[in-house]
Amino acid sequence: MSARYEVSIEHKHEPESADGGKRHPNTCPRCGSHYRDDELAATLRVCPHCGYHFPLRATERILQLVDVGSFVEESAELRSDDPLEFFDLRPYKERLAEAEVATGLGEAIVIGQAAVGGTPCELSVLDFAFMGGSMGSVVGEKFTRACESAAERGIPVVSVTASGGARMQEGILSLMQLPKTVCAVEVLHDAGGALLSVMAHPTTAGVLASFASLGDVIVAEPGALTSFAGPRVVAQTTREKLPDDFGLAESNFRYGHLDAIVPRSELRHYVARFLRLFGNGAERG
Amino acid sequence: MVPSEAELRLRERLSRLRSLRLPGGVRVSREVERLEGQLERLSEEPPSDDQIWRQVELARHEERPYTLDYVERIFEDFIELHGDRTRADDPSVVVGLAHFRGRTVALIGNQKGRNLKERVHRNWGMAFPEGYRKAMRVMELADRHGFPLISLVDITGANPGLAAEQHGQGGAIARSQARMLRLEVPTVACIIGEGGSGGAIATAVADRVLMQEHAIYTVISPEGAAAILWRSEEEEEKRRAAAAFKPDARHCLALGVIDEIVPEPDGGAQNDYDEAARLLGTALSDALEVLEGVPGDVLRRRRRERYRSIGVVTTA
Repeated sequence: MSARYEVSIEHKHEPESADGGKRHPNTCPRCGSHYRDDELAATLRVCPHCGYHFPLRATERILQLVDVGSFVEESAELRSDDPLEFFDLRPYKERLAEAEVATGLGEAIVIGQAAVGGTPCELSVLDFAFMGGSMGSVVGEKFTRACESAAERGIPVVSVTASGGARMQEGILSLMQLPKTVCAVEVLHDAGGALLSVMAHPTTAGVLASFASLGDVIVAEPGALTSFAGPRVVAQTTREKLPDDFGLAESNFRYGHLDAIVPRSELRHYVARFLRLFGNGAERG
Repeated sequence: MVPSEAELRLRERLSRLRSLRLPGGVRVSREVERLEGQLERLSEEPPSDDQIWRQVELARHEERPYTLDYVERIFEDFIELHGDRTRADDPSVVVGLAHFRGRTVALIGNQKGRNLKERVHRNWGMAFPEGYRKAMRVMELADRHGFPLISLVDITGANPGLAAEQHGQGGAIARSQARMLRLEVPTVACIIGEGGSGGAIATAVADRVLMQEHAIYTVISPEGAAAILWRSEEEEEKRRAAAAFKPDARHCLALGVIDEIVPEPDGGAQNDYDEAARLLGTALSDALEVLEGVPGDVLRRRRRERYRSIGVVTTA
């Protein structure tokens, strides 16, 4: 009587799970259209069919934004240490080494001098592919250096973020990167410099709750998740039915937390305009 | 672990103090005594994994004194202020003005509830953006009138809720830190229970950061870490996560995240509220004494330098 039967039901039209690793990186997760590399490159990795913004690697982002040949990377030599000798399912050191091999980056952030539309700026770009773009000591340090360098030279900072938040493997030291980067923006502002914060998908938790929210102007890419807590955590904790656009840029724009939602095709022009407006501001410092 | 860095900082401060010849000799010698006490703590054996879990349990003990328990024992003439002047009053954050050993201070504290009704009212101590905005309001008030600011931190973590997101929780936490880092009055924060992630750091960026002996300070709760990093909700993984994060006061001191450990009565603050309040009051008062008289711009510069230097990096 009490025998239990294992029953599995197959759904004919069930979409593949969002993170089902089998989907090709050039297949649009929203509409299923598939593209060749050169097709996506031509559209700045935006789906021409439905407008979905594919994630960008830091190098792609920089190439899309800056004037050709203007980017000079800084502090590329910095690497994370392992102060807590952290070990979850695998040692932190191993995760770092693997991320470096997989991404070709030393850390989850790239900073450097650049020019957009002929106006110089300091650029800071997070790369989600490196441990979820998480902020540990190196990300905090490099963002701080970017602000200091901009403050010194009297130019604005353009920050592009894609991050799950603080780097948990660095424990409390990663939480301390919040006030550290907040201080960096304060130093920049005191020197008369400006910060443009561009939130790409996703900009959440510790990064949202620090420098990304302190831009003089804050914009986001369409469809970017820009909430402190993710929808899954909120739904699990509160057992509330969440709106479909929970935490998305479109919702945050409606609630007054963003200045604009800027499609990728217009971002370069938007940045150039921002830099023209703020480019001379630093001289008053 | 790198205890050497924290130790060096303490030793440097000690030697600087010893070389001072000031009329306020008594004050300086007390500070020397305190620093020596902290150095001694660093030389003690770091807690074992089981001991760390015990700290987590004590920090969350349901009889642990909360902000208002300390307020009535430590301060006089307390008036509570309400509302963020924009939208609402958040009962999970208590702010106000009070007399503290001869001076007026501004006060910010997270407040949990003791029974179910209170817990609901205080939203389990988890602040809404309105709470951070209320805190910022009192920071500005302190700055305007030159009142030192005392912040008591006791929050499980930021608020995982729909309303909190719609009302801009991330931005509120960022701006609260910015506001606090900009102040030109002396600021002292003390972690008195749970110092949980963004919710804690929003009001914890002070000139002197203290931590009670059995408090914890973490980037994520052991439960959250177990779920994300170990993909598990089991008790064992929670304990393992807690141990891996080293959230106890002794480790936070060694990492240079806090300046001082505030002792508690035997077995924990829940055993003797009056004694816990006396010890906390003395620590707050001593911390303020060292800061008073320092020009506001110097306080701000040093505060920035402190956070500028936190973190461990290496080169390829």
